[in-house]
Amino acid sequence: MQAGSLSGAELARELLAQGFDFFTGVPCSLVASLITALEPHGYVAETREDAALGLAAGAALAGRRPLVLMQNSGLGVSLNAIGSLQDIYALPCLLVVTWRGYEGKDAPEHLVMGDAMPKILDAMGIPWRPIDAQNAAADVAWARARLDGKPGPVALVVKPGVLA
Amino acid sequence: MTAVAERPTTRDAVAAVLPEIADHVLVCANGFISRWACALGDRDANFYMIGSMGLASSIGLGIATARPEVPVAVLDGDGNVLMNLGSLAMTGVLAPARFRHVVLDNAVYASTGNQPTISSQVKLEEIARAAGYRSVARVRAAGEIAAALRAQLAQPGPSLLLIETLPESGPPPPRIPYTPPEMTARVGAAIARIAAPAPAGAR
Repeated sequence: MQAGSLSGAELARELLAQGFDFFTGVPCSLVASLITALEPHGYVAETREDAALGLAAGAALAGRRPLVLMQNSGLGVSLNAIGSLQDIYALPCLLVVTWRGYEGKDAPEHLVMGDAMPKILDAMGIPWRPIDAQNAAADVAWARARLDGKPGPVALVVKPGVLA
Repeated sequence: MTAVAERPTTRDAVAAVLPEIADHVLVCANGFISRWACALGDRDANFYMIGSMGLASSIGLGIATARPEVPVAVLDGDGNVLMNLGSLAMTGVLAPARFRHVVLDNAVYASTGNQPTISSQVKLEEIARAAGYRSVARVRAAGEIAAALRAQLAQPGPSLLLIETLPESGPPPPRIPYTPPEMTARVGAAIARIAAPAPAGAR
């Protein structure tokens, strides 16, 4: 596990620079510093990940560019919303999903989803890539370009240790 | 006539609600609620949620949070509210002043064959009150709907009006004729128009 070389504040700056302007989600310790950096920008602490996707869908209808933060456990909670709301209604939504259970090294409750997550994202047709701490600006720009090209769900995945 | 016989059907409740919120963006829960709203009062500012059951109130809350100046109403059902009770808490906390929640409570999942929900044993409007909604009410007769909504609209929201309805016995309303991307485009344009009205004198 690499030492975190990207701060939450730096990642937040890249997200704001790419026009993301509506922030909600359910926390994960891997992105605690990002949540702290987004709180001054109106981050809404939602009760469930799928409710956060509902909130983000409304924000997108209202012309905003939403981001939903979640642990990959919450990805499981969210699949129906992603498939029957963001995807079919072509509502742009950047998912920032932490990869708990990465390489099988985590608490037992994270191992099944940790292994399945890439396959689930692919099966749902969600464009995704991991954030590279050395190259976060390019990753965020990629996400923005994907959302502009085909509005819907797009995911940036945060592996353990990437974010300081 | 008994009190039960006075309860409106979903159709009649939707017909009574629509004129009172004609200037609101309207998010309609999936199933017959969306289909009745479309059949009785289709307009660009109506969002018909065809999937994502439970999330109608979250979508409406997202619009109201992103654009606080835009009046937003959610036409919800008891099954949807029960599936996403956290949304009542979120709404009470964010407390958008122009957010109106209308819950049509027929105590069944009508679209799937009238299986009972548990709403007959749970006072949904009291949960909303405890969560921080500024006004809540329950009505049981069609003739009470307009007055109850007007009383709530005269005060800052969020408000919740629960309308007890009877399960429908007639034929179901037609399906939504728009594709989801068509709905996104027209509701988005309607919200932009309401958020930035044309200047006085503009055509």
